[in-house]
Order: sequence, then C-alpha cells, then structure tokens
Amino acid sequence: MNSQGRPTRPSVDDAPRRGTFTGNRALDMEEALIFETGRLDATGVDFEAPAPFASKLGAHAREGAIGLPGLTEPEAVRHYVRLSRNNYSIDAGLYPLGSCTMKHNPRLNEKMARLPGFADLHPLQPIATVQGALELIDSLAHALLTLTGMSAVAMSPKAGAHGELCGMMTIKAALTARGEDKTRTVVLVPDSAHGTNPATAALIGFSVRAVPAGADGVVSAEAVRAALTPDVAAIMLTNPNTCGLFERNIVEIADAVHAAGAYFYCDGANFNAVMGKARPGDLGVDAMHINLHKTFSTPHGGGGPGAGPVVLSERLAAFAPAPSIVRNGQSLSLAEHSDGTQAFGRMSAFHGQMGMFVRALAYILSHGGDGLRQASEDAVLAANYVRASLSDLMSAPFGDQPCMHEALFDDRWLKDTGLTTLDFAKAMIDEGYHPMTVYFPLVVHGAMLIEPTESESKASLDLFIMTLRDLAMSALAGERERFVAAPVAAPRRRLDETRAARQPTLRWMKPAPA
Amino acid sequence: MRYLPLDAVDRAQMLARVGAPDVDALFADIPAAKRLAAPLDLPNGLGEIEVERRLARMAGRNVAAGSVPFFLGAGAYRHHVPATVDHLIQRSEFLTSYTPYQPEIAQGTLQVLFEFQTQVAALTGMEVANASMYDGSTACGEAILMAHRLTRRRKAVLSGGLHPQYSDVAATLGVMANDEIVRLPLDPRAAEDLATQIDDETSCVVVQSPDFFGNLRDLKPIAAAAHAKGALLIAVFTEAMSLGAVRSPGEMDADIVVGEGQSIGNALSFGGPYVGLFATRLKNVRQMPGRLAGETVDADGRCSFVLTLSTREQHIRREKATSNICTNSGLCALAFSIHLTLLGEAGLRRVAALNHAAAVDLAERLSAIPGVSVVNDAFFNEFTIRTPRAAAGLIDELVARGIIGGLPVSRLAPRAGLDDLIVVAATEVSTLADRQAYAAALAQCLQAGGKK
Amino acid sequence: MTDTRYTKDHEYARVEGDVATVGISDHAQEALGDVVFVELPALGAKLAKGDSAAVVESVKAASDVFAPVSGEVVEVNKDVDAQPALINEDAMGRGWIFKIKVANAAELTSLLSEVDYAAFLKTLA
Repeated sequence: MNSQGRPTRPSVDDAPRRGTFTGNRALDMEEALIFETGRLDATGVDFEAPAPFASKLGAHAREGAIGLPGLTEPEAVRHYVRLSRNNYSIDAGLYPLGSCTMKHNPRLNEKMARLPGFADLHPLQPIATVQGALELIDSLAHALLTLTGMSAVAMSPKAGAHGELCGMMTIKAALTARGEDKTRTVVLVPDSAHGTNPATAALIGFSVRAVPAGADGVVSAEAVRAALTPDVAAIMLTNPNTCGLFERNIVEIADAVHAAGAYFYCDGANFNAVMGKARPGDLGVDAMHINLHKTFSTPHGGGGPGAGPVVLSERLAAFAPAPSIVRNGQSLSLAEHSDGTQAFGRMSAFHGQMGMFVRALAYILSHGGDGLRQASEDAVLAANYVRASLSDLMSAPFGDQPCMHEALFDDRWLKDTGLTTLDFAKAMIDEGYHPMTVYFPLVVHGAMLIEPTESESKASLDLFIMTLRDLAMSALAGERERFVAAPVAAPRRRLDETRAARQPTLRWMKPAPA
Repeated sequence: MRYLPLDAVDRAQMLARVGAPDVDALFADIPAAKRLAAPLDLPNGLGEIEVERRLARMAGRNVAAGSVPFFLGAGAYRHHVPATVDHLIQRSEFLTSYTPYQPEIAQGTLQVLFEFQTQVAALTGMEVANASMYDGSTACGEAILMAHRLTRRRKAVLSGGLHPQYSDVAATLGVMANDEIVRLPLDPRAAEDLATQIDDETSCVVVQSPDFFGNLRDLKPIAAAAHAKGALLIAVFTEAMSLGAVRSPGEMDADIVVGEGQSIGNALSFGGPYVGLFATRLKNVRQMPGRLAGETVDADGRCSFVLTLSTREQHIRREKATSNICTNSGLCALAFSIHLTLLGEAGLRRVAALNHAAAVDLAERLSAIPGVSVVNDAFFNEFTIRTPRAAAGLIDELVARGIIGGLPVSRLAPRAGLDDLIVVAATEVSTLADRQAYAAALAQCLQAGGKK
Repeated sequence: MTDTRYTKDHEYARVEGDVATVGISDHAQEALGDVVFVELPALGAKLAKGDSAAVVESVKAASDVFAPVSGEVVEVNKDVDAQPALINEDAMGRGWIFKIKVANAAELTSLLSEVDYAAFLKTLA
C-alpha cells in the first residue's frame, strides 16, 4: 500500500480477471510491443536496393545491428489499431479537463492541412514559390490581432509554454533596451498560476515572487501594488484565472504595473472564455500567448504538437523574435534575421507550426466573428450550467459565484467519506468519462476543475451532470468500494507509479539469455 | 453554426438553471468600459464549401515540392511516407486524445511512446531517450541547458557545422539566460579544430553530423577532447534517415544526442510541426527535459506504461524544473514510430542506401559542370557545391526553369562570405530524370551568364 | 548526549557531539507519499543554515531539504540513495539523509524541541 492506502502492487489473492485463452475480452485486446512481435528483417515497405555504386560514406558507415524491428503492413496496422483502442479521446467522449479546452477537433481542418500546397512545402523554398503559405500565416496573424486587440504577433513558438518563454524574452529584451535588465529581475506570479509560469521566468534568470489572491479568488490591485518594488520586471497573470474567474481588477492592476515601469504578461490558456467579449489589448496586457490547440481546436494528438503564437502590445512589438512576415506591395516575404533589428533573436528553426496554422485558420473562418463570440458564450454558459447543477453536493472554494468557462470545486465535501479527489476521479473512468483536472490549481485543496467547452450538446452535459451527481451521492453515502478500487472496467487498473519512478524502465531491453 | 450543438431552447433552459437573466450576466466581471459592445471586425462564419475554396486558393499559390525536381534539405527533408502512416495517425483515439495523465485509459499512447523511446535510443546508439521535444532546434537548446546543469558550467561551444538557425536558437537562449555561447565560424570543409576551443570552463561542445553542409564528422576525438576537460559532447543531426547508414553518435561517445525526426513519418509542412529527438546516457536521466514513458504494472500485475520521473517537470517543480516544457510532439512522434516500424531495420538500411546513391549520382553530375565543384569528401544525402557566381541568383534562375535546386547558404548566413555555396539534398524520391534535369538546367544557367 | 531538534520545514537534526544527523520527519514522509528518489548533497559541501541541501522526490512532489544548521557535510546516506523507501519506512532512523559538522552550536537553540515540534504539528492539522 502507498501512503494513501491504495494498492500499488498486485495482490496475489486477485482471481484471474481475464478468463480467456488470449487474455482478450472480445473487442478489448492485449497487444505486445513491436520488439516482441517484429523482426529485424521484416519490412512493410517495398524498396529495391540501389544498383552498385561507389559509396562516399568514407569511414563513417554504420556497422552492426541497430536493433529496430519491422512489421509488414497488415501486422503494423493491427498493432496500431489495437493500441489506439486503449485510448480515450474527445471523439469518443467528453473531457471535462479544466484549462485544457478539449473541444471538438473538426475534420475539415485535417483535410485543409493536408492540401499538398501546404503539407508538401519546404520552409526554405524560394519566397516566390510560397506566397500562399505566407498569406495564410498573415491571415491567421491578422485574425488573432483582431480578436485580441494587440499590435503585433510572434507566430513562431511551438507550444504554449514556448510562447510564454517568447513573451517573457520579449519583455526582457525591452528591459535591456531601457538598460534595466540588471535592476528589474523579479517577476510577480500568483500561487494559482500554472507551473510553466514560474518555470519560464526562472529559465531566463528572473526570480519569482508570489502574489496572493484574495478570499474571493482574484488578485487585488492592493496586493499587486504592495509587491511592485522597483526591481519588478513583470507580472504574469492568467485571465480568466486558473480558478475559472475573470480577474476583475485587471485594468487597475495593469495600470499599476505600467506606472511602476514593469510589463504585463498574460497567460492566454483560458482565452476560450472571452472571445468577442473582451480583448486583452483593451485590458492593458503587453504580451499574451495563445494556445492554438486549446482555443482554436487543433488536435491534442496524445500530447502534442501544439502551437503558441504570442500577441504583443505596441510597447513590445519591436522586440518580437525573427522571423516576421513583411509586405512588399502585393507580395510577402520573411524577415529571417534579427541582427540589425531590435528583434531579440530566434525561438526555433524555420517559421512556426504551419500545420497548426492551417487548422486554426480553417476553424476561425468556419466560426467567423459571430461564431467565435457564440463559442465563448456557450463555453461560459456550459460551465455555469455544470456548476449550478452540482453546487448543492460539491463544495466550491470561492462561494456560490458564477464562473467563466470552467467550474472549480475542492474536496471539503468529501472530508467525512475517507475518499480523495483522486478516488472520485478514478471512479469517473468506469462511467466512461475522462476525469476532470485534479489537484490543480494548487491553491485549493484537492481541486477539481471542470471545463466542458462549447462543443458539448445539452444531452451530453445532462448525462455528465447526472453521472457526477450519482457519484457524489454515492461517495457521501459511504459507498467506498465504487471508488477505492476504481477503475475496474478500464483496460488497466491503477498503476504502480512508485515502482515506475523507483526502478525506471524507460525502454525495452532484449532479455538476457537464460 | 455546425460546431456549436446548443440551440436557443437549450440556452434558455441552461440560463434558467443557472439563474441568470441572459448570458451577458455571466460576463459581469469584465469591467463595463472594456466589454465589447460591437461585433469583432472579422467576417461572419463561412460554410465548409467556402472555407475550402479560400484555403485551396491560398494553397494553390504555392509550388508543392513534389510537383518539381526537388533538391532542398538544410534541416528538413522530403521522403516517401507510406500511405498507412497518415491513416493511422488520424484514428480518433490517436488524433484527438489528450496527454496520457490518466494512464488507465491511455495505454495506447503510452505504449507507443515507450516503443518510440526505444527506437530513438537504438537509432542514436544511446541508453535512454525521451518522448520527444518540439523539434531539433529547441532540443539542441535544451541539451545545452542540461549540460550546464550536469557540469555546473555555463559556456557552450558551437561547431561551425551546426545549422545556422540552431545556432541562433542556442545563442538566443544563452543571451537570455546569461550563459556564454562561443560560435565558431561557418565551416564548409569541416576543417575547424574544435579541441583547441575547449577549456576548463566549457560545459559542452555542440557538433552536428551530417553537418549543415553535409559533411560527415568523426565525433570520437571531439568527445575525447571534451571529456579530458570535464565537458560534454552534444551530437546533433537534422536528417534522421542518416542513422540508417552512418555511425551513430552513441558509438562515437556522445553524452547527449539531439536531432530532428521530421524525415521519418512527417511531411515538410512549411517548417512545422516537427519532432525533436533527445537521448542520453542513463546516469543523466534525471536531468533530461521532456516527458518520459516508463514501464510498470497495474493493480492486477499486468504490464503497463505510465509517464514517470515527472517531478523534474514544470507542473511539479515549478521554478526548479528542468525546463518549462509542457507538450511533446505526440502525434509527430507517433508518425515517426509507425514509419520506422514499417521500415524496420532492413527497410531503413535500404532506403538510406537509396538516399546515398541518389546524392552520389547527383554530386557526380553537378561536379561535371564546368565551374561547379563539390566541397565535401564524405556525405550521406546532402552535400555542398561551389558555384562560379552568386548562389542566390542561380537558385532563382533554376526556379524559373522549374527546378528547386537547394539552399543558397547566403539565405541563412548573409554575412558569412559564403555566397557561392549551395547546400543540395537528394533523397529516395528524386528520380534519375530529376537529377538529369537539375544538372542540365544548372549547366544552362551558367552558360547563359545570367544576371546577379 | 543525543538531542533531536526540528525545523518548521519538517527537517530534524539529531546531534551527537558536534555532528548532526539530518533527515525529514515522519510527518513529512507521510505527506510526501512514496519516496522515489533522493538527491544527496555533495560530501564536503559547506552549507549555511537554510540552504537547500538535498531534494526528496515522491511520485507527486519534490521537496527541498534545507540545512537546519550551518556546517560541512561529512557523510551522506548511501542506503537511501539505493532504497528511497527507507525514508517512508524509518524516516527518523535508517532513513537519515546526511550528517553535518555543526559550525555554530548557537543555531541549535533556535530549533524546535521534540515537544514543541509535536505542538507545532497540531496547529497544522
């Protein structure tokens, strides 16, 4: 047992659960590793060996086996199809993951991204041969600027955290230009912030000072003013914040930050709540990253790729990194070098996540300005609907107030049940739901953060709500078994994460001969 | 609107439950003066037909690489990806699933990552690999930070064979983190003497092979020189296919290996999304950034996979994290893994041989043109030619003749004085006719004299 | 004479002569959950009181272990390196982390006694 009293090692008393020869249970199938089923000489492609020629590899030729098994095409298809079926996905069910914005991933986006004119394009082709690609990036950039009311956008960051890094680097560049990079070394970050915020600040040499939120869940201007010493470079705020609340003092905070000579970075992870309702540029934001894989529907792909363009205020626009798109009359080109300009450098090779740009633009064109505002309104309405439907059973840390696009609960309502947030989450799996975000934000005990998004039907929301109510009442009634052993119906039961960390096995190894 | 399932009746019922008079009441915390009263200056939503039309028009203004004889590499390479790969990665359960934080319902993703990690370790000749980074250039930057943590030094030496944009990324990180970066001048002939650049303050030396110009470099003596001074060797590659023909960095004593995996499984896609590969020795694993899938058992004792060693990562260590990374390049890593499984060792060696054969053939044809010489002694599928007049202009003239002939070095390094160099790549998708056409067109351009 | 003192960050220092054996308290190991890894300080490291000396990692958290007193690290516990579970099983005994030569005995008096630490824990509940 681990310290939560949950089993971490297999119990020898467990009767065999599978009961079949193969270990499969109809469509629920086990699948071995390719290293166990593949062979070094098997291949699923047909290539003829080249005609003999004089090699120019010199002494660098690779000798010896590499250790890469192959599968023929039918075997490979079986392998990956079977593996895929052990995954939950948004196509299959609701993901109530707060701060992740798991909305529907339109297939039109996939079709557009695969047009040869986009997919089969090398980033370093002569500029005259890629005018349509530059037009697409420019169109997306323009849409993002319109949505956010900002002046410039750096398109190259590869993910949200990379965008944060870009935004903070831009701020550091601006400080350096003012000769204040050695004196302004502190970044203010609320305790409720996502871990990437302080990690990003620390990466580029800032030290982090915590700013507390009030009992109402938002940061007060007084708290910020109290923390705004002359050594402060910037504040990093998430808005709406990680508790699902709009930072209602944001304008006053922005004014105080600017008056103190510092900059305002906004973590845009929750932008889905405010499209067409408010613009960060109007609120005083200097830099904000946008997660295309959250707000703009690009698929999560089991962990990536993402894209994190960063919109910038006029104060920061000049310092945006290379590359940027430049208009010469009717044609477009790329400014690819930062020397000789104020651009602070380069975030990555090439120009950004073009594949995600195509998808995001397809999404934006499909919704339009009216549709995007409707999406935010529906997202906020759906979260409040869930909140209002559960608030009699589950405790909310900041009282019974409306939320934005996500509803936050804590674990106080579970305290007499002996059950944890984790137990509750695992029981959701048996009901066919991916758990909500748990134990984040850290400022709330046993946090449960629910973000349904606008792409759930009312029927889907109602079933989700009724299921959570059933689980909650079950927990409160002391029906522990449903929770402590959960999940029992998933492809795997709870995993021994302690063992994985104490004895890390991070690759398949050929078994030693007996 | 087709992606929004709620209708007016639904909304009214939901508002009633919430107890709000209208949806704007739910936005009351936005300061009144800042609420958007007017619609955004964006056109209204378009139907699917119109969206397709507009995007297809934009796509049509580009010259797709496959539509012409194509010889451009320089960090991203055009290979044949079997049709199966793109179909498999579009399965709902792979395409639309989240990061595998709930392992009980994510064994598909986790097992693939475990297989991917094993493949990358084997390919690079290293002991352990992570579940991928954003791309090769950011992986390189992160490797330098890792070397700083391991050696407790802050100076990195970058070989003149490193892709100029990779060097730019490392230099940007270095300036921002107050670390020292020594950038050696671009080195088309692999002639630099790296050992003399390593001292007791060097944390790492970063060397690419095959390098930006296509040269194959022996990393073993560089590793020895680095280790003698307590520094680490970071080996970089931008063409993952090369590892099917060329000695692995692990065999040459590299401490950290990073590279671009795009060549295997992933389209060119105008520069992204790509997939960064990152591998190291087991003793360094706790300092390695990025996600890691590990093997364990579940409560029934069944073999299972889970993200592990997460306490290094940002969501737990916060300002003490190994990096701020949150995503890997999951779907691109999946595509890499599927493609490599379909190739297998035999297939990889064969396609690598075809790449090398194509490049050797092209190099012969181009060097036969008067005034054109090949700079490299040894190369894989990419080499550099020296031309009698400015390369940038020649590339444009070749475009006019329907050929994409490679990268003029001056595009990525305008002030290096290497305006007469073109980096040329030939892969298994180039045909004999393509290579003949290139040679003929280049010869014509040079005979014609042409303008600058 | 052996004397065990505690910090409000849940480290303990068991003093024998001029050497203090340092670890984390039983309360701390319980809160952390299963310990999976310990990053030990370097032998000979000179620490000031309050410096981060070691890191204890569990599956869900990584916790700094701060030096309760200033001094030089004279020994580290190789056993917890190989078996981090020792910290869960016997945090006060076999799960010790490092030994430090006390540079300034006066610093010990500002640490909590066993009784005071127990009272402190009650205030956290």
